[in-house]
Amino acid sequence: MATAMLRRALPRASALSRFTRARAHASEAEAQQVEQKARASTSLKTFSIYRWTPENPTKPELQDYQIDLKDCGPMVLDALIKIKNEVDPTLTFRRSCREGICGSCAMNIDGCNGLACLTKIESGSSASTITPLPHMFVIKDLVVDMTNFYNQYKSIEPWLKRKNPPETKGKEVLQSKKDRAKLDGMYECILCACCSTSCPSYWWNPESYLGPAALLHANRWISDSRDEYTQERLDAINDEFKLYRCHTILNCARACPKGLNPGKQIAHIKGLQLSGPSTV
Amino acid sequence: MGASSSPKLSGMQKQVLSLYRGFLRAARSKSAEDRHKIESIVSGEFRRNSKQVDRKNFLYIEYLLRRGQKQLDQLKSPDTVGLSSLNVSVSETIDPKP
Repeated sequence: MATAMLRRALPRASALSRFTRARAHASEAEAQQVEQKARASTSLKTFSIYRWTPENPTKPELQDYQIDLKDCGPMVLDALIKIKNEVDPTLTFRRSCREGICGSCAMNIDGCNGLACLTKIESGSSASTITPLPHMFVIKDLVVDMTNFYNQYKSIEPWLKRKNPPETKGKEVLQSKKDRAKLDGMYECILCACCSTSCPSYWWNPESYLGPAALLHANRWISDSRDEYTQERLDAINDEFKLYRCHTILNCARACPKGLNPGKQIAHIKGLQLSGPSTV
Repeated sequence: MGASSSPKLSGMQKQVLSLYRGFLRAARSKSAEDRHKIESIVSGEFRRNSKQVDRKNFLYIEYLLRRGQKQLDQLKSPDTVGLSSLNVSVSETIDPKP
């Protein structure tokens, strides 16, 4: 009996030992997997960044930089600053506030215009492409020439214009809460040019079409209850090119990093052009 | 550039020449001394680039045209009295002599 039991126990024991051996194998494999995961979680990401400098005027090219996302802030701007600090100090880009209020770091990230400081680094993909704002003249790397854009903003006279002096001299012109609420969705614009440079219509007529950003600001002053030049403002932009190149493509609303809708404001101007400002 | 042969100029060449002409015109509004200085700097810059820049490098020439236009706009302002340039010789800065 005992031998029989032994005999029966033996294979069981050997099976057990085999099992433990197998377990050992499994834990090894598991360890390997963990290691691989750790290697994966140091997740290197390749940033292909547009480079062109007037000092070495060759063809523009995309230069690749590998960044360990574990060792980097969450936003695209953090990666750019890291590259500039640690990898390549010649990389040039505009940045200032790093919190989406200055509008300096507007660029094209993976094909979409946006602020680098408000765009998260996509951790799902292993590569990312960063180029300057489309259809703008490049000064260096990611820095573009905003002269035309600012001149268009200037052309809509973005300041309060009054025919009568304020009721009490030296005091502000007051406004009701309701009138103030009309400016919501416009005053937030930071002129980063993400919307204008995403608009195909603006691409083809950058000189003559004012673009969503400038028109949004035009509407901001047209809608302002304190401004007394509403009709003049409307007449100034009542032009086949300045205003009516907007074909409500609405790329502007998709691109806006502040979540505004310039297309809607342009539609508001178009409505006023038809009905006249008296029926606001 | 001989007037007798009347060379056919490309659009870009015309742009460059009109920019040069713009600078000379802007210089006319400044004082005699400044005018002379501006003219010498501007012509020096145009001649240097005409030799150095590859005539097929349109991208760079267009960049220079835009930069020049911006500088011209600044020069045109009556507040601008003159033009000065800074020459940094690369060989000097790299020179390891103590």
